[in-house]
Amino acid sequence: MSRVLSYEEKDTWIHRLSGVTKLVFFLLWSITSMLSYDTRVLVVMLICSLLIFRMSRTEWRQVGTVFKFIMLFLVINLLAIYVFSPDQGAKIYGSSTPLFGDTGRYALTKEQLFYECNVMIKYLTVIPAVFMFIVTTNPSEFAASLNKVGIHYNIGYSLAIALRYIPDVQDEYKKIKHAQEARGIEMSSKASLKDRIKSTSAILFPLIFSSMDRIDIISNAMELRGYGKHKERTWYSERALQRNDYIVLIVTILFSVVALVITFHDGSRFYNPF
Amino acid sequence: MNKKFGIKEVVATGIGTALFVALTEVQIPLGFIPNTALQPRAALLAFLAAIFGPVVGGLVGLLGHALGDALFYGSVWWSWVFPDAVFGILVGLFAAKYAIKDGGFDKKAILLFNAVQVIGNAIAWIVVAPVLDIIIYAEPANKVFAQGFWAFLGNIIIIAILGTLLGAGYSKIGAKSSSLSKED
Amino acid sequence: MRQVEPIITFKDFTFKYRAQVEPTLYDINLSIYPGEKILIVGPSGSGKSTLAHCINGLVPFSYKGDISGSYEIKGQNPQKLGIFGLSKIVGTVLQDTDGQFIGLTVAEDIAFVLENDKVPQPEMKQRVQDVAELMDVDTLLKCAPRELSGGQKQRVSMAGVMIDDVDILLFDEPLANLDPATGKKTIALIDKIQKERPVTILIIEHRLEDALYKDVDRIIVMSEGRIVADTTPDELLSGNVLEEHGIREPLYLSALKQAGCHILPETKPQHIESMDLSPYKDKVFDWFRSVSLKKKEISEESALEIKDLDFSYVSGKPILQDIHFTIKKGEMVSIVGKNGAGKSTLSNLICGFMQPDRGSMLLQGQDISTLSIKERGEKIGFVMQNPNQMISKPMIFDEVALGLRVRGVSEDEVKERVYETLKICGLYPFRNWPVSALSFGQKKRVTIASILVMNPDILILDEPTAGQDYKHYTEIVEFLKQINGQFGITILMITHDMHLMLEYTDRAIVLADGKIIADDIPAKVLTNEEIAQKAYLKKTSLYDLAVNCGIEAVSDFVECFIQYDREKRKERN
Repeated sequence: MSRVLSYEEKDTWIHRLSGVTKLVFFLLWSITSMLSYDTRVLVVMLICSLLIFRMSRTEWRQVGTVFKFIMLFLVINLLAIYVFSPDQGAKIYGSSTPLFGDTGRYALTKEQLFYECNVMIKYLTVIPAVFMFIVTTNPSEFAASLNKVGIHYNIGYSLAIALRYIPDVQDEYKKIKHAQEARGIEMSSKASLKDRIKSTSAILFPLIFSSMDRIDIISNAMELRGYGKHKERTWYSERALQRNDYIVLIVTILFSVVALVITFHDGSRFYNPF
Repeated sequence: MNKKFGIKEVVATGIGTALFVALTEVQIPLGFIPNTALQPRAALLAFLAAIFGPVVGGLVGLLGHALGDALFYGSVWWSWVFPDAVFGILVGLFAAKYAIKDGGFDKKAILLFNAVQVIGNAIAWIVVAPVLDIIIYAEPANKVFAQGFWAFLGNIIIIAILGTLLGAGYSKIGAKSSSLSKED
Repeated sequence: MRQVEPIITFKDFTFKYRAQVEPTLYDINLSIYPGEKILIVGPSGSGKSTLAHCINGLVPFSYKGDISGSYEIKGQNPQKLGIFGLSKIVGTVLQDTDGQFIGLTVAEDIAFVLENDKVPQPEMKQRVQDVAELMDVDTLLKCAPRELSGGQKQRVSMAGVMIDDVDILLFDEPLANLDPATGKKTIALIDKIQKERPVTILIIEHRLEDALYKDVDRIIVMSEGRIVADTTPDELLSGNVLEEHGIREPLYLSALKQAGCHILPETKPQHIESMDLSPYKDKVFDWFRSVSLKKKEISEESALEIKDLDFSYVSGKPILQDIHFTIKKGEMVSIVGKNGAGKSTLSNLICGFMQPDRGSMLLQGQDISTLSIKERGEKIGFVMQNPNQMISKPMIFDEVALGLRVRGVSEDEVKERVYETLKICGLYPFRNWPVSALSFGQKKRVTIASILVMNPDILILDEPTAGQDYKHYTEIVEFLKQINGQFGITILMITHDMHLMLEYTDRAIVLADGKIIADDIPAKVLTNEEIAQKAYLKKTSLYDLAVNCGIEAVSDFVECFIQYDREKRKERN
């Protein structure tokens, strides 16, 4: 599957940052953009996001297909908000200024447009951050990082195993699907819902049950190689925090605090230009 | 109740998450409403939680949904990640009662499994998800409740069918087969 | 006698799994000395894997059960050492290289043991580098498992256990998933390790001939939970123990016995290259003169024609190039070649799972390029290597009926056709059983039945004999031979198994680097050094036997022997 985002080795200062740093950045960035509805903050974040994305030297081919998909989703979501609640903007900003005259419930108001623009920017600020995080973070180092920030290594290792076996499981899914299609199982949308569920189960059953066997094999292999012997473990791919990591961490934390203070200083998370 | 998190649970979480992520793209379109689909991965989550308990269930929901969103869609909708984790935990709480591994997934256990999954889905998708959507994204209440309700409906259907079948199928593998005899 | 203490001893050792009624191991008495290299052979279910689990600690720590008698490893009681204590002494290389490869990259996987032992990173990196150089994987350290071949993954697994300076290396069927040439390299590598390091080596394997490519000190034969022989290779190969317990002896020995020779230990039968053949030469010659080759009649009608096929994922990097061949109706053909040569891609193209860039495919003269996967599936049946990846119904009947039911065949006809197919496949007595109650081989039959029920013209099987012992191997291929003969179904097999190719297929299509480099009878392919080398095959030992006996018509000799041996086996069954 070519659509999936994946890590690519490159040499930029962002790639060289520790996974811990990037995780903290990613989480704080998401939280800030989730909480803030302050347009000024969001616009600044969007610009920063794009700059960082630029600096990570991520190419369009790495993220293009996924980006198009998100845009589609975003448009649908914005329309859905409008359909369900054309007066959400008016409710939030406490005024209603129709743009094209008063045409009933679905009259487009400036407030609604502004609100939906904010929703859009909120999404857009996070996307480059996620892209950057995934394509610049070495998965091995990331698993080690989780342990570093105080999460038990069992969780980190679960994640490492997941990342290790996702491609294998995808291959297996494809193989099983092919063999079942040759037997006459159809996945097309022409079939009835009941048949489609049946067809899916013809692929999922062998996939899931053979994965259950795999769980036994892997746990044996890990046990034979001493996994879980001590309360801690070391990591081959762990990277110690460097000067740049500390700088990024401090800047990120300061930025989030300032952004949230600006957002909430007047008691409302919304910036109201009306 | 299986609260222990040993090697087997670590691997089950890892492989379960890998399966959940791989199934992100596998959807059964409902057909009559555009852009809605049943998610077989919900059945997988219910199945894994029912076998390995609340810790594995919760983690597969959390890691699987977050990772799947990030890898396939380039963004993480936390307001929909947490409900999956909540659901995994709730179904997993009664893992011992379903007795799937010991071949005891009988009518009574199936009923319990489905009662728990319906309640779990209700809590996850009609309560947690919309509330988070409102808190985090300030989205219109009627929209997010409608979305949550659809997710709830889709999940209870797919889990009632696929989840139950998976449980019953796996239960049979574990069952003893000494009562079998060859026929002419 | 020996001065040193044994590193492994079993005394009147019996083990029973908790879930089973009968013990799996009975009265095991065994001593293994430091620095020995031991081969443990036995058919499936003989207890050889359980014995290995007792040594590495999976029994009784992961697989619970009752132990009676006593055993010691390096002078200590394994039950007191625990699985972690044992892992410092015994390093296990599992059969499933994908299951054992846990790390995201080669380096991390090799370092796994050290990580768990809290070894600091600088020391860890140095040790990984050292052992990677020893195993010749140091250029691959940053690779993910999917970028590696099966042989490379196995070398990583070995590096991962050797990094800890273990005393005993335990190999659980190391050859099962490898092509013949890679298997040979593995055995050579194990030999090299032992020459450089003071380790004791235990190899569990049923492919005896391949495992004996390098010297071993002793062979232990297991059968039904007991040790039935514990002796030197030369002694063992001269006797009849192997045959009696359903273990395949090396082909050259079968051939010598066929020629009426009585094998003597002093002729050193362990390796054909160095075996003293002088006492046997005349007999072999006489036998070869006395037999004649029967040619199988092949129909002239073509079943499948592949014309000028090209395929690539990325343009400029062809996976398959100029593939051109014809399969006649009723033929049994093998497609061979090393991993990644394009064998699976070819079968995927034939089944319509992927589309070729160029070329055409004719099924009985008809172009099939426009047919969907489902439509092709009615004519070309595809059987996966692992039956567990194909079976989706809990009950045997439903599984076999699946293909008919989705095609809307009436329930009466479904019943009739499923029963008929189950009878052919010898599964009729089990028709109301759940699939989970069947053995691996029986499950394989169920998957074949589920395809046969649709009356395909051609059957494509991916590695039909992988991981099967001699008895199950014979069962499965004889069954295929039977449906091939009785129903005229054309059979195409993708395989690494040189025995299968040589003994059961009329023709071998050899792929190397995406091209066909040979399309000939197997006896000719396996006696051609150049082809064998290019395609990672292994020359058959019958070739050496013939050459060393001074026979010139080597491939005829090979074919004659195969024909007689098959007949003999058929009589026995």
